[in-house]
Amino acid sequence: MSYFGNRVQRREDPALLTGHGRFIADHQPPGTVHAAFTRSPLAHARIRSVDLSAARAVPGVLAVYTHDDLPGLPKGARLPLHVPNAAITKPHTQAPLADGEVCFAGEAVAVVVAENSYVAEDAAALVAVEYDDLPPVSDIESALNGGHPSHADDADNVAAQLTVGYGDVDTAFAEAAHVVQATLKPHRGGGHAMECRGVLAQPDADGHNLTVRSGTQAPHLVKRSIMDVLGLSGDQVRVIAPPDVGGGFGPKAIVYPEDIIVPALARALGRPVKWIEDRREHFLCTTQERDQIWTVEMALNGDGTLRGLRGTMAHDSGAYLPWGVIMPYISATTTPGPYVLPAYQLHVTCVLTNTVPTTPVRGAGRPQAVFAIERLLDQAADQIGLDRADIRRRNLIPADQMPYEVGLTYRDGSPVIYDSGDYPATLEAGLERAEYTSFAERQRAGRAEGRLLGIGMAFYVEGTGLGPFEGAAVRVQQDGRIVVQTSAAPQGQSHQTVLAQLAADQLGVDIDQVSVVTGDTATMPIGIGTFASRIAVNAGSSVHVAAREVRQKIVDLAAAVLEVDAKDVELADGEVQVAGVPGSGRTFGELARIAQGMPGFSMPGGTAPGLMADSYFSPKRSTYAHGFHVAEIEIDPETGAVDIIHYVVVHDCGKVINPMVVDGQVQGGLAHGVGNALLEVMRYDTSAQPTTTTFADYLLPEAADVPVADVVHLESPTDLNPLGIKGAGEGGTIPAAAAVIAAIENAVAETGVRINHHPVTPAEIHHILHTAAPAEVSA
Amino acid sequence: MNVNGTAVTGYDAGARLLDVIREHLGLRGTKEGCGVGECGSCTVLLDGEPVCSCLVLAGQAEGREVTTVEGLASCPAGARLREQLVDHQALQCGYCIPGVMVSATAHLSRTEEVTEESVRTAISGNLCRCTGYTKLVSAVLTAASDTGAHS
Ligand code: FES
Ligand code: FES
Repeated sequence: MSYFGNRVQRREDPALLTGHGRFIADHQPPGTVHAAFTRSPLAHARIRSVDLSAARAVPGVLAVYTHDDLPGLPKGARLPLHVPNAAITKPHTQAPLADGEVCFAGEAVAVVVAENSYVAEDAAALVAVEYDDLPPVSDIESALNGGHPSHADDADNVAAQLTVGYGDVDTAFAEAAHVVQATLKPHRGGGHAMECRGVLAQPDADGHNLTVRSGTQAPHLVKRSIMDVLGLSGDQVRVIAPPDVGGGFGPKAIVYPEDIIVPALARALGRPVKWIEDRREHFLCTTQERDQIWTVEMALNGDGTLRGLRGTMAHDSGAYLPWGVIMPYISATTTPGPYVLPAYQLHVTCVLTNTVPTTPVRGAGRPQAVFAIERLLDQAADQIGLDRADIRRRNLIPADQMPYEVGLTYRDGSPVIYDSGDYPATLEAGLERAEYTSFAERQRAGRAEGRLLGIGMAFYVEGTGLGPFEGAAVRVQQDGRIVVQTSAAPQGQSHQTVLAQLAADQLGVDIDQVSVVTGDTATMPIGIGTFASRIAVNAGSSVHVAAREVRQKIVDLAAAVLEVDAKDVELADGEVQVAGVPGSGRTFGELARIAQGMPGFSMPGGTAPGLMADSYFSPKRSTYAHGFHVAEIEIDPETGAVDIIHYVVVHDCGKVINPMVVDGQVQGGLAHGVGNALLEVMRYDTSAQPTTTTFADYLLPEAADVPVADVVHLESPTDLNPLGIKGAGEGGTIPAAAAVIAAIENAVAETGVRINHHPVTPAEIHHILHTAAPAEVSA
Repeated sequence: MNVNGTAVTGYDAGARLLDVIREHLGLRGTKEGCGVGECGSCTVLLDGEPVCSCLVLAGQAEGREVTTVEGLASCPAGARLREQLVDHQALQCGYCIPGVMVSATAHLSRTEEVTEESVRTAISGNLCRCTGYTKLVSAVLTAASDTGAHS
């Protein structure tokens, strides 16, 4: 039997269910000391002076440092810009400890190391910093119009500008029968993994080498950055992402000041140093996403077919650009989506503000683009007098046009070519499951009873599985067990299960014979990271290819040892035998011993040493997953509360390695999207102070808030990787806000109010129902 | 206090119960997600009642019975729940799970008619960012029907 495609149980669960997961905070080597940071209370200021004496005098404090005196930290050090781009004119990245100027509230100014974390935190509060206030920039509008810079030495707040598009957009608008225009404001939010970040750095006995554990999505990126900033060589630094990381969702895919400072402290003090972020720090310092302002218009023919889309988009980069312009670029290239859009032009301006930097959060720029085009389509349908499903039907790319070249270049530098998918079939499947044709009747009947029902829909196409690679090594050990090593680090995506399924299939062994080692720079020299829905495609294909190669080595060696032809050898249950001759065989373990060689003897039959292989599968370009969401909701007219009564997800991520894992990703992603639509507000006041820094103020979806995804699985395999798979981690989130907001707008259609922002809170819906006007957008 | 049936002494009465459990006793199953009583990752049973151990001082637990996720290993409701959570593949990163296990076990052990709504309410104090809750809820419901508590 093959494991691929089956509902294989997760191997991670037994430990997690009994409290034996190994998360970063659970590691506590003997002699560990604890770091705590003094953080700027101001969003923008110059540091006039720092007095460390009171903090240093606290019993139990071992050291207190700033940018100027932390041993091993070069003066002027900055974190790396992970993805440079020629469009970036202000390539600002953060100083590991503030270097003269602070640019967001929470920026680390000093660090304390003490015998325990209580003392470290108390002493950090005693670091006396004098600041000279600088005018803060709290949002996109004040960045563009406020007249002062978010970094004192800059003339303005524009960090980058780019234009994305194709086709003759001016003619499209000149000849259009209909034009609709809108300003849209998708809102910032956080990843909010339940586990905050954490770093533990251990020096070896002579203080030369370091082992660093970081709750990261990208251990290799952390290692490279430590080497770059602290001037260490590769053999001196080993970075491990613990096998259990409590959620990632994007923000753990960058390198933070603490990833550099904690290792520097461990070297300076010769002791293991640990820092565990608390939730308040997570709100202040861990990256967020999604604030953008789109001012766009759509041109259509009389029959509702698209002619063009154009406009501007301003993107809030926050105070620094660790990921460059990746997110706004993804937004801009996601906009055309599943539609035949003949002409498109978007001018993008990335602005710097005095808020925490923005980097990809589950969806990574795509939810905003989907929100823009889907909301415009609804508006166009209303203006033309078409049904909302019908306007989509008229514009979807027909299945026979696959592969479809959009005319854009994706963030991986390759052309955007949708490789496979039957979008019209996806649409119809969703409408059918949602019982769309009878909705009007349900809505009317509801109205008659004073109930406000609404329905909304949104389609998306998502570039997934982008390169360059994620490696894997597969090895048969002398006890016959298989080890799979991969650079990829998991945060709940079931790597232990899914990657073992792939290796077990190729080698014909029980999955329990396979161990998976993840996210360790000592086992895999290079790696990229677990983000952008790329691991199944990249690491999965690498495991598949490497395991296949090992299988061939087993066959060749067995043939040499058994003195038969390779084609007469068969593998079963960890043994190799001459086909049809039971008992003739050797176990994998015996062969592995032979393959390890005997001193002085040649390898049997000239076979290669070692039953092992590695692979760095590198896809030639991204593969495009897609899906369609339909949300049916009911609004309580008294309170404005939204109840999602039926939520349909049509999901196509190509072939599926483990359907239960994909189901989990879809449902979890949907919860995140529902949070963005209805709950999650990350508010900064006009002085750029974050004011929603607890879960009492920033509402994450609870068990009662999240609808059950009614999922229709479709499968359009890709030929861009040997498994035919596409990424599945973000599709649940991407169109959810667009679908839910459309449903709310539909439920209050009698007011004529258009809702082009999110989240939309009950108070705002209440306001709309009673005034027929949108509330001031608080977000 | 008794933790998972074993008498415990020598802790700092002014420390958070969460820290005593994790650092003093080395029971690292109980997690911290917010430190201020808003996420439920640190949920333990105090005399059978789910509480946020980040909000309880160790002194307040003096003379009382504390049960952590590790202590559910031997309880039949915990065993059924674990089995169903695995079967439903309800977990992802697993960080919230010790708290969910504790809340859900308490719910199963003292509720006669377990319904979807009652489960959602029982775990409403346990934030989970990964799963969207659906499979957690169905796993608890199935575990309840095994005990006859599911209506
Ligand atoms: S850590 Fe106790 S409720 Fe969050
Ligand atoms: S499984 Fe990750 S937070 Fe619940």
